Amino acid sequence: MIDTLRLTAEDAIGLVERKDVTASELHGSYLDAIAERDPELHCFLRTVDEPSGAGVPIALKDVISTKGVETTAGSRILAGYVPVFDSTVAARCKQAGLSLLGKTNTDEFAMGSSTENSAYGPSRNPWDPTRVPGGSGGGSAAAVSAGLTPWALGSDTGGSIKQPSALCGNVGLRPTYGTVSRYGIVAFASSLDQVGPVARTVRDCALLYSIIAGRDPRDATTVELPQTTTLPQDDRLDGLRIGIPNQLGDLTAIEPGVRSAFEKAIEHARELGAEVGECDLPLSFEYGMPCYYLVAPAEASSNLARYDGVRYGPRADGETYREMVERTRDDGFGAEPKRRIMLGTYALSAGYYDAFYGQAQKVRTLLVREHGDALARFDVIATPTSPTVAFPLGDKAADPLAMYACDLLTIPSCLAGLPGLNIPCGLSDGLPVGLQLIGAQFGENTLFRAGHALEQAIGFDTVPARLRRPGTNGAA
Amino acid sequence: MSWEPVIGLEIHVQLKTRTKMFCRCPVGFGAGENTQTCPVCLGFPGALPVPNRQAIEWTIKLGLALGCEIAPRAVFARKNYFYPDLPKGYQISQYDLPSCIDGKMTVPIGGNDHVIGIIRAHLEEDAAKTLHVGGQTGRIGGAAHSLVDFNRGGTPLVEIVTAPDIRSAEEAKRVLQLLRQTIVELGVSDAEMEKGTLRVDANVSVRPRGSDELRTRCELKNMNSFNYVARGIEAEVARQINVWESGGEVRQETFDFDAATGTLTPRRAKEEADDYRYFPEPDLVPIEPSAELVERLRGELLESPASRIHRLQGELDIDRAVVLVTGGLDALWEATVAAGAEPVAAANVIANALVGAGIDPAAAPPAELAKLVEARERIPRGAFDEAISKLGDPGFSADPYLAQEAVSDTSELEPMVERILAAYPSQVAAYRSGKEGLLGFFIGQVMKETGGKANARVVNDIVFKKLGG
Repeated sequence: MIDTLRLTAEDAIGLVERKDVTASELHGSYLDAIAERDPELHCFLRTVDEPSGAGVPIALKDVISTKGVETTAGSRILAGYVPVFDSTVAARCKQAGLSLLGKTNTDEFAMGSSTENSAYGPSRNPWDPTRVPGGSGGGSAAAVSAGLTPWALGSDTGGSIKQPSALCGNVGLRPTYGTVSRYGIVAFASSLDQVGPVARTVRDCALLYSIIAGRDPRDATTVELPQTTTLPQDDRLDGLRIGIPNQLGDLTAIEPGVRSAFEKAIEHARELGAEVGECDLPLSFEYGMPCYYLVAPAEASSNLARYDGVRYGPRADGETYREMVERTRDDGFGAEPKRRIMLGTYALSAGYYDAFYGQAQKVRTLLVREHGDALARFDVIATPTSPTVAFPLGDKAADPLAMYACDLLTIPSCLAGLPGLNIPCGLSDGLPVGLQLIGAQFGENTLFRAGHALEQAIGFDTVPARLRRPGTNGAA
Repeated sequence: MSWEPVIGLEIHVQLKTRTKMFCRCPVGFGAGENTQTCPVCLGFPGALPVPNRQAIEWTIKLGLALGCEIAPRAVFARKNYFYPDLPKGYQISQYDLPSCIDGKMTVPIGGNDHVIGIIRAHLEEDAAKTLHVGGQTGRIGGAAHSLVDFNRGGTPLVEIVTAPDIRSAEEAKRVLQLLRQTIVELGVSDAEMEKGTLRVDANVSVRPRGSDELRTRCELKNMNSFNYVARGIEAEVARQINVWESGGEVRQETFDFDAATGTLTPRRAKEEADDYRYFPEPDLVPIEPSAELVERLRGELLESPASRIHRLQGELDIDRAVVLVTGGLDALWEATVAAGAEPVAAANVIANALVGAGIDPAAAPPAELAKLVEARERIPRGAFDEAISKLGDPGFSADPYLAQEAVSDTSELEPMVERILAAYPSQVAAYRSGKEGLLGFFIGQVMKETGGKANARVVNDIVFKKLGG
């Protein structure tokens, strides 16, 4: 019997290649794990019974279009919508032989930090099911940690891959903007959305990135990778320059347990030979959040305009076209998309554009420059990924601003278009803490190298304590 | 008080690229509804636009032909509004950074050149076609249901905006004729109003002549020929003058012009002001054409229609020159004149007989045409007409027709004319009491009797003389 809780994707690929198991058996094992644990965790919105490829399975966040498989983006307004085309990332996974295992839960249109905004009910954290798995990609992150899939794809606009990976204790990469195609990804904020891998190890994460990355003629914002992706092997970090933002010291939002796990991770880095210094990102910490909450809702207000009930999805009755559209959208969208559509519509309105959206774009340019300056002196910038560990369901659901603050540390580098990797770096009160490593544009290989070496040194057991079984403890 | 019209035009030109602006669906007419569509032009979740290189190059080329500056950096924006023909809920269009700005057109009119400013020419995607069933006048309001055909949706469209420099309906028509000819000669569009590949809106205001104020303007839509544009403008100018002169005030309105009745129908005023919430399209990157590309496209330009009208005016009056150039007939005319034809006669033959016979000017051999122009009064009318009708045939020679002699012998023709006049006494009386148009009737009778072989000029002289006598 296959223990999906510990199986890495690399190991799973080995099993299939050596014909120790068939793709079908492997697929079946994950479906069994899903049947066992997903009723509690609710990571999957739907699963696929039969493998579509000869390789290992993969789960895709439900914002990723899959031909012939319903894709709802966690929204009622797309209930029953079955794409007639594959997103480029889904097609690339297929080409690499990966089988679609199922579609994972997400905050509606990827708007949220807890997966509680899904129209289909929240997902739960495998380390403690009374707590959230983070969001918006909580389904993918929780599924990987709970052994329900060897790996998964998420999408990240302001932290939707990195933050759930931190809260669930696994590895998530938000790639450099423009390296992974957005074609077929249900859009939230086009200038920020990026698809990326969620996995159990940094090497799995790098492998999956190598499968999905590269220019796509269907996405005009993609570019050719300047170098090929390499799987990290090195256990040392000699010569690697790590910058820690000065601003972290004053951030009371960072929980003590998170701070202490982060500091221990930095100690590990020093021991591995890294040079650790201080960098300065004052504008990013002060203006990153407000800037994001103008840019992202503005783009979202436009991206979500296509859900009008005319061509697909549910349609409400109405006496006139206008009434039909208004009712369809009123019924179909939940509170968070409505909130952001209103925010964004306001930010783009005549007379307000210059003060809001226009100004935010200028600030964004400053954040790009500020990160560029820091990354001229350092190879990576390190921060905690999330200021807190996983919080109880319902804790922040009634307070949008508290929920938005979850992404305080992940947002600035997203605005700058830079890659960010989360690796687990310890526990606080029995819950995982994530380390965020931010790289220069196209600096994924550096992040993989740093992440892999730290991963080995930290020796974090990615299997949630409550799911560990006797005799399967792989902790070092 | 004397009033002066102030007119600006907005012209939409559908480019005849092989594929649509942002997807690979074919552009074309006549296919079954919603068969030329894909996830991109239907606005499916996650579908992304990829710009059509040909459309961008053609827009730049058109801009160059209109004397525009080509923006080193043009940006697509989203124009947000809800309408069933707009699948994404926004139209991708250029907004504050269009591809072409600050051009001008020289318009020969009334013996002078009038320069009309081109404010901008920008690239965008066309909307789909809607058909509102039930309700009134095909509008969405009150319709029982609406049908949408997305085949047209996403077709590349260039919008050209002129400055309000046009001063008459006639001038507006000439601007359109020249613009259309420029577009057709560039090969970027069929520019046919009947097919909707060329669409014109006119912004019209009036002011006291001599003043430089700009008064409230109204917009005219839904005019589907250049003549209707001119008539619509005339009607609107008259309406506005009447409003001002009767002590009223022109309100900003949009009208549909109904060519059949010559009336202007106001469109229902919108409840709220338009706010399209433009912002740069994040799914696309700016267009930054290289200097080499712009120069290559500039090198491909032909002499402008206005410049050719100028050249023709050395030998022709302006009306003939305009007809030849805007009909795409001037190259044939020039070659025919070069082959020895008399300029005015050649212009008349080409603009009337040749066009009337539906001959492709590119297929007509100028040297043979020149012979026919020269011999047109000498040879029988029937032979001339037949020769013209065969002008486009491969290997056409005028010689067999030139060999035919028209009957010019007055001793043969005079008795015939006398006989015909005697046969139509009431028509003769009518002519003598002032219906001079009947001259043609008598000439026609002579032609009929001679089987088209009579010399028209000789017949004309005889009939005129006999009737007068």
